[in-house]
Amino acid sequence: MTASTTTTPALETRGLTIRFGGHVAVNDVSCRFTPGTLTAIVGPNGAGKTTYFNLISGQLRATSGQVIVGGEDITGLAPSARTKRGLGRAFQLTNLFPQLTALENVRLAVQSRADAGWSLLKVWNTRRDLIEQAEAVLERVRLADKRHIAPKALSHGDQRKLEVALLIAMEPKVFMFDEPTAGMSVDEVPTVLELINDIRQRGDATVLLVEHKMDVVRSLSDRIIVLHNGALVADGDPAEVIASPVVQEAYLGVEVARD
Amino acid sequence: MSTSPALPLAFDETRRSGGLLTGLLSSDLPRSRALSFILLAIVVLLAATPFLFSGSQPVGTAAKICVFIVLVASYDLLLGYSGIVSFAHTMFFGIGGYGIAIALERISPTWSSVAIGLASALALSAVLAIAIGLLSLRVRAIFFSMITLAVASAAAVLASQLSDITGGEDGLSFQLPPALRPAFRLFSEPVFGTMINGRLLAYYLVFVVSLIVFLLLLRIVNSPFGRVLQAIRENEFRAEALGYRVVAYRTAASVISALAATVAGALMALWLRYNGPDTTLSFSIMIDILLMVVIGGMGTMYGAVIGAALFVLAQSYLQVLMGAGSAALAGIPLLPNLIHPDRWLLWLGALFIISVYAFPGGIVGRLRQANPKG
Repeated sequence: MTASTTTTPALETRGLTIRFGGHVAVNDVSCRFTPGTLTAIVGPNGAGKTTYFNLISGQLRATSGQVIVGGEDITGLAPSARTKRGLGRAFQLTNLFPQLTALENVRLAVQSRADAGWSLLKVWNTRRDLIEQAEAVLERVRLADKRHIAPKALSHGDQRKLEVALLIAMEPKVFMFDEPTAGMSVDEVPTVLELINDIRQRGDATVLLVEHKMDVVRSLSDRIIVLHNGALVADGDPAEVIASPVVQEAYLGVEVARD
Repeated sequence: MSTSPALPLAFDETRRSGGLLTGLLSSDLPRSRALSFILLAIVVLLAATPFLFSGSQPVGTAAKICVFIVLVASYDLLLGYSGIVSFAHTMFFGIGGYGIAIALERISPTWSSVAIGLASALALSAVLAIAIGLLSLRVRAIFFSMITLAVASAAAVLASQLSDITGGEDGLSFQLPPALRPAFRLFSEPVFGTMINGRLLAYYLVFVVSLIVFLLLLRIVNSPFGRVLQAIRENEFRAEALGYRVVAYRTAASVISALAATVAGALMALWLRYNGPDTTLSFSIMIDILLMVVIGGMGTMYGAVIGAALFVLAQSYLQVLMGAGSAALAGIPLLPNLIHPDRWLLWLGALFIISVYAFPGGIVGRLRQANPKG
């Protein structure tokens, strides 16, 4: 643990473990994430990064260990209940409502945050405020001109931006990005990185970022943790972690050579 | 409906709600001139049937269309809007019918028995829908469908076995409250050449309640809740991750759909003054409902109106039409046999296959595609 984790963490995992048969995908990972910091999670493919995210956001149930958000143990809760407690997640593989318009995708996120889903007898468009908030988010991710287009007709880069828009619209306390720039063309990457940087600058958002591109990690993160074979093998200041022998050997050696 | 403003997009979020019609239709206008015209024609014809046609068959057909519009619309809420495939819809339809029949037959032919029968039927349907929902909406879609099939079959067997209560295979015939009996006269003189008797009042009871329930369902699918159902249909995993409890929403959709089907069953029984396995509970009605939803257009609500009207008309009059055709072609080899009234189901089947093949989005989908302006 570094010195920066002495304040109350926004998110904490204690001994988080999941086994699939004999394979331990995430092995006893304890980590605290402080408000206002961006933590990059790195590691080779199959290291358990996405599985770790799935355990935190509830798509997978831990074999043992705990997930704690704002002091509350949420290990037993369903994904929707975790979202309501301030965990927001953007997915690695684009995961949207393919036939609904971009605006409707975002409006659904806004509507969830506003707890308006159980309104049965109002017509949806009487909630102008929700529509306006959704439009503002689309503006922020630079998709305002594509608001009436359904995701299935959007380019891959625009789908990724919409994925980020859904996360922003949720206004979570903890933002989880799983390779947000994967598969994007080079000229689209800066837009997404600016958005993430923007989120970090505003208020005391806690950001978790799984990312393969080392230049991105180096420029954005306040802290890096390294997963290898499901275990946390390094944790600390970006420059230190990148320089450490365990990381060079486990991960970066390969990655630097490829870059 | 034909005077409504043109709407450029399927989901035009910028449009303001306003106007009585827009309010009644929950901002979900037909969005096609032809569709608006057909819907208006159906509503006007249904409203005026007792004054336009003589004899009991046209009014009976109209009443059946009203009931099936509600039944099919409530199924569309499940299948078209929520992506839930249930085979238990006729069970709820039957519960409504038996609720009315048992209360009126066993207690007394009064309005309070109607209220008791309907209230108990609604309560039973709600409990069953919640139970099926919570127990099985967590599992994969195919298993949910199997479970509804099993429960519906069990209910059908139960209804025919418990003959002391349900009348078994014979069903129950019963008296209506006095105001709905044929002998009842609202005025001593006929109005527009038609005597306002209890039978007519019964028809308008069916018509008005059907209209209200349909508009209510239309409102629900266009509410923030209805939008969540469509999101779940599109991507259940993402809806859950966005903070919507998928199981709760799906169960609520099942309950609403079941309650509407129960009301439809009650109306059917009130109109027929009879309820039995063949009128509300049989599996063949379940298949009819599926056909009506698909022919009309899934996930549109208006498809239920068109599907039900078309199907019930075909059911009632295709045989007559074919009989006339067959007689006219007498003497020519093969042809009279081919369109013999006994083959009407074959031709209905052929019509169904053609319509599904030609209009995958149903009639409503086709009309909106052809003429997006309303």
